[in-house]
Amino acid sequence: MFELLGITPQGLVAQLLVGLINGSFYAILSLGLAIIFGLLNIINFSHGAQYTMGAFVAWIGLTQISQWLGFPGLTMNYWFALILVPLIMAGFGLILERTMLRRLYHLDHLYGLLLTFGLALIIEGLFRDWYGISGESYPAPELLQGAIPLEAIGIILPKYRIWVVVISMLVCFSTWFVIERTKLGAYLRAGTENPKLLQAFGVNVPLMISLAYAYGVGLAGFAGVLAAPIFQVNPLMGSNLIIIVFAVVVIGGMGSIMGAILTGLGLGLIEGLTKVFYPEASSVVIFVIMAIVLLLRPAGLFGREK
Amino acid sequence: MNKSTKLLYGILLLIAVLLPLQDFIYLVFAMKVLCFALFACAFNLLLGFTGLLSFGHAAFFGSAAYITAYFCKEMGASPEIGILLGVLGSAVLGLLIGALAIRRQGIYFAMVTLALSQMIYFLAVQLPYTGGEDGIQGVPRGALFGLIDLSNDVHMYYFVLAVFVFGFAIIMRTVYSPFGQILKAIRENEPRAISLGYDVDRFKLICFVISATLSGLAGSTKSLVFQLATLTDVHWHMSGEVVLMTLLGGMGTIFGPVVGAGIVVSLQNYLANIGSWSTIATGFIFVICVLAFRRGVVGEISAFFKIKH
Repeated sequence: MFELLGITPQGLVAQLLVGLINGSFYAILSLGLAIIFGLLNIINFSHGAQYTMGAFVAWIGLTQISQWLGFPGLTMNYWFALILVPLIMAGFGLILERTMLRRLYHLDHLYGLLLTFGLALIIEGLFRDWYGISGESYPAPELLQGAIPLEAIGIILPKYRIWVVVISMLVCFSTWFVIERTKLGAYLRAGTENPKLLQAFGVNVPLMISLAYAYGVGLAGFAGVLAAPIFQVNPLMGSNLIIIVFAVVVIGGMGSIMGAILTGLGLGLIEGLTKVFYPEASSVVIFVIMAIVLLLRPAGLFGREK
Repeated sequence: MNKSTKLLYGILLLIAVLLPLQDFIYLVFAMKVLCFALFACAFNLLLGFTGLLSFGHAAFFGSAAYITAYFCKEMGASPEIGILLGVLGSAVLGLLIGALAIRRQGIYFAMVTLALSQMIYFLAVQLPYTGGEDGIQGVPRGALFGLIDLSNDVHMYYFVLAVFVFGFAIIMRTVYSPFGQILKAIRENEPRAISLGYDVDRFKLICFVISATLSGLAGSTKSLVFQLATLTDVHWHMSGEVVLMTLLGGMGTIFGPVVGAGIVVSLQNYLANIGSWSTIATGFIFVICVLAFRRGVVGEISAFFKIKH
């Protein structure tokens, strides 16, 4: 087997796959942030905490809920979780928007950031208080356990990881399709552009804003369920991720849905490659790219200067 | 500043000077409050008086703490040299991060500073000089100018008080200067400030560097008070805390951040032993402040007495 700079192709493919998975999470989360930002003009700092919460709700559904309710047979398996958790999280988002965020629309955008930051601290703190920071494991569903060996190049592809990449791409691109190619999406884009005018046409803009926030939070919850079998379900899983996602959003600019998806995936891959060639820099490479992008193209790769 | 405000500051300073004469308040606690108060005041210069929300001020606070701790412990530098180097380090870092961050506005500015400070955090985890998870512990306080032994808490307290008064005076001078007026103009209406011919980016950058430098002064002093520099100092929680102190005390008021720092530090001391409740309480205060208490303690009091800043 040939080697390049002391790097085996197996190692390269393995890291690329890890990069692709991280990239999928970056893509889903930055997509949610972009949708929320588009309509609410708020950066949802609690996005990471909501992702954590999604993972925890899935884990609680699988292992705890039967004890709580006293029905031993009642558990929410992975497939139900994949549908139910995003709905639960969307409901949670709807409540937050209706009770708190709504009061801030007439104020400086920074207050939205500060409020959601406070919410993130509360969510993270509560889960840390209840379950500690050691992390809980969540088994992958039976159907997706094991791996597919690719003997020609001597690589084993874990099934679950392939599934994560496929399903998250599917969700991202169908979201893109809905926003860019359907009538509902046209309303949404119009609301981003000029909410007052849209409301004058008789569209219920406040409702649309609530639903956009709920959808963004639902996406975060969905990412949380997907992440649960890969990473340990841990109260800090979201806060570690969200700052990187912020950098991704700055690099891509929040003007374009496709931009958010592609930047997320691309940066995941770059991060994976860095792990192969220069592991020491892998934790900072995205921030370095962000600095370079800020110097060369301050509005971001896909962004528009306001 | 009117006469009654001057009188109030005089009384507060007198109380601070007489503080070592009693034993209800531990001096180490008072020093912690003073360090964080200076940090919050420096941060407020940026948020309250220029309207820039930096979410990465822990980078300046923490890296100055690390530099001072490193030079005082490993190189045997005296405390004044250690602090000077820490402050210089944070000033240079402030220039670099500031120059990048001011290229974006509003929410993006906050995200850029947060991301860049996270980079500093990762560097602090990985670099060989910082001691990784342990941080730098057992930093000697040394003797100030080779004369005053700082290992004595009373001496250290007066030194910290002097540092605080010095930093606070710089901030006041800045706010009430013509330069400070331009900063306020930028906060109120940036396009108009540009149209009046001001090089807004330059003013923002200078303000950012002053704020970063004074945050570094607070961090350096803190590392001598507690004789350690750890990852907590550069973590984004720290950046969030300083935002909270400023918000709670009163954004854009001179003295608000001091009050905010006092409240937040006391609260943390009180809640430190009950697991993650300190984090949860911090989060709740954030939510309450944003929803119902946006002027902060000092802002509400001034509004009640109709004091103009």
